[in-house]
Amino acid sequence: MASEAAAVATSNERKLTIARAMAEATAQEMRTDPTVFVMGEDIAKLGGVFGNTRGLLEEFGKQRVRDTPISETAFMGAAVGAASDGMRPIVELMFVDFFGVCFDAIYNSMAKNCYFSGGEVKVPVVLMTSTGGGYSDAGQHSQCLYGTFAHLPGMKVVCPSNAYDAKGLMTTAIRDDNPVIYMYHKGLQGMGWLGTEPLANVHTPEDTYEIPFGEAAIVRQGTDVTLVGCAMGVHNALKAADKLAEKGVSAEVVDLRTLVPLDRDTVFNSVAKTGKLIVVDEDYQSYGLTGEIIASIAERDVSVLKASPQRVAYPDVPIPFARVMEQHCLPNPDKIVAAYEKIA
Amino acid sequence: MLPTYEQKLWMYEHMLISRYFEEQIEQIYLEGKTPVFNMANGPIPGEMHLSNGQEPTAVGICAHLTPEDIVTATHRPHHQAIAKGVDLNKMTAEIFGKKTGLSGGRGGHMHIFDPAVNFACSGIIAQGLGPAVGAALSRKMQGKEGVAVAYMGEGAANQGAFHEALNLASVWKVPVIFVIEDNAWGISVAKAESTAVGDNSLRAVGYGMPGHMIPGNDPIAIFDVAGEAIARARRGEGPTLIEIETSRLAGHFMGDAEGYRPAGELDSLKAVDPIPTMRNRLATEHGLTTSEDEAIAGRARKKVDDAIKFARESADPAPEEAFEKVFA
Repeated sequence: MASEAAAVATSNERKLTIARAMAEATAQEMRTDPTVFVMGEDIAKLGGVFGNTRGLLEEFGKQRVRDTPISETAFMGAAVGAASDGMRPIVELMFVDFFGVCFDAIYNSMAKNCYFSGGEVKVPVVLMTSTGGGYSDAGQHSQCLYGTFAHLPGMKVVCPSNAYDAKGLMTTAIRDDNPVIYMYHKGLQGMGWLGTEPLANVHTPEDTYEIPFGEAAIVRQGTDVTLVGCAMGVHNALKAADKLAEKGVSAEVVDLRTLVPLDRDTVFNSVAKTGKLIVVDEDYQSYGLTGEIIASIAERDVSVLKASPQRVAYPDVPIPFARVMEQHCLPNPDKIVAAYEKIA
Repeated sequence: MLPTYEQKLWMYEHMLISRYFEEQIEQIYLEGKTPVFNMANGPIPGEMHLSNGQEPTAVGICAHLTPEDIVTATHRPHHQAIAKGVDLNKMTAEIFGKKTGLSGGRGGHMHIFDPAVNFACSGIIAQGLGPAVGAALSRKMQGKEGVAVAYMGEGAANQGAFHEALNLASVWKVPVIFVIEDNAWGISVAKAESTAVGDNSLRAVGYGMPGHMIPGNDPIAIFDVAGEAIARARRGEGPTLIEIETSRLAGHFMGDAEGYRPAGELDSLKAVDPIPTMRNRLATEHGLTTSEDEAIAGRARKKVDDAIKFARESADPAPEEAFEKVFA
């Protein structure tokens, strides 16, 4: 740490991976709030399969950094019970695809007990879970499922695209009195053994800070078309914007950062300016984020749209294993450019 | 750990409150539902699961609990809530869907939450088990007093959540007591047709915890076993599984014709109704007089009647209050 701090002092830049940014925010909250603790599969000694709890066991010990049995139903339910009793559990669901074995605890208890108690019972759980594919892990380890969680009431849903946001959103999530589903994309995580997006590793201040939920970020200004996405979708959109710029097209890129609450205003104002909308999503196309964004514009004032809105999302098929098939299905910058050309 | 006479009287009085409460709810539930039974009609709409006959499981356990202890209960929660000390006025108003209810009418009879006495219940079988383990873990981590009791029906022992929660509780050695109310029926399916072992308490062996089977729907026997289990949990020695043989004197829900019950079963269960059994025991063993009994029953009736009056006279919530309290 000392050499790293020195490096930061000289360069005035402190690039972290999302994994390290999440662990840093967690550690900082654990230092100041004794009710915060972490549990999940392989989060203690291993530091998390995706690195986001690394170093916590060494600093906080095994009472507050708990490896669980492979028993999501029990420990997700336990998170609800502990949170209702004054603790702030951070619980990891290793792959979001595993939600099927514990969803009752999530959407029927964690998400509803505040309502069922007239607001008397608070359930401040942060559920961290990995999303995304692109590395041939097939149909039970590659999904995003953003829409599944965002569809059901009572949960906030966070999906950072870079380390700066990842840290601030994690701090906000831990301090929130509601369940927060913190969805981090494996391809942005900065793990050596996974292909990673280098632009996700950005300057991240050491001091603690919050990023408010429900505030999208305009990560690239433009005038001709609005590209909207979250997590990996933002990086695909930024690369597409580079390609469009080469063609003389000025694309604005909106990073949603949180899906619940959803910053419809920022998206609307951008579309009102550009007149054209392409929504990018690595989750399945139907009944999901892309449709929701388009509907929110159409409901508010369809006249701002100068062309039919387009979506670049995962087709409605299970995620295939073979590299050529998976890559064929995934959103990518060329698909976004092609979508623009349809409405140019 | 046998109860004192005072503890027996407490148990008896709460059994009476619970039974009288259910009898009143049963009548009111049918208002507006005759001659055509439509669950959506009347002052109490929706499903209604009555606890008649299961009062011993509530009082025998809850007699040992303080408001700080935690209970996660089932879809059939009234007896458990009454024994745990849930505010009866607010609970009744909740069952009526009134603004003055525990959640202002958002939850209803299957979603009774009273954090003042750490009571919660749910409509999904075995859903409360994981939360009970978590609440018990919370007490252990915070160094705070309190045990958690997770009630379930015998059908819940066949859920995956049962296996997972018992294993986790034992691995973490948290102060939780798993209580199975075995009323022999999972709606219409008999326990013998759904469960590989006759005695679910045997399953405790698989989780390295003590298991007890209590026959006879006897509040005093339940008190005895629960006392040891709860004391053990309070000493930090970990979880216990208790299975209690009890009886469901009503249908699974109101409107259940119970065609699946063997002929004569209900009569034979009513012949050993735990409430007259307890009354007779108090009279023969402790000399409870008729006038003393009348006084207890009168108090119980008054408490229930007051709660129902409160609920009936309370206002409905404003429709748009549906949009509040989704988030804290």
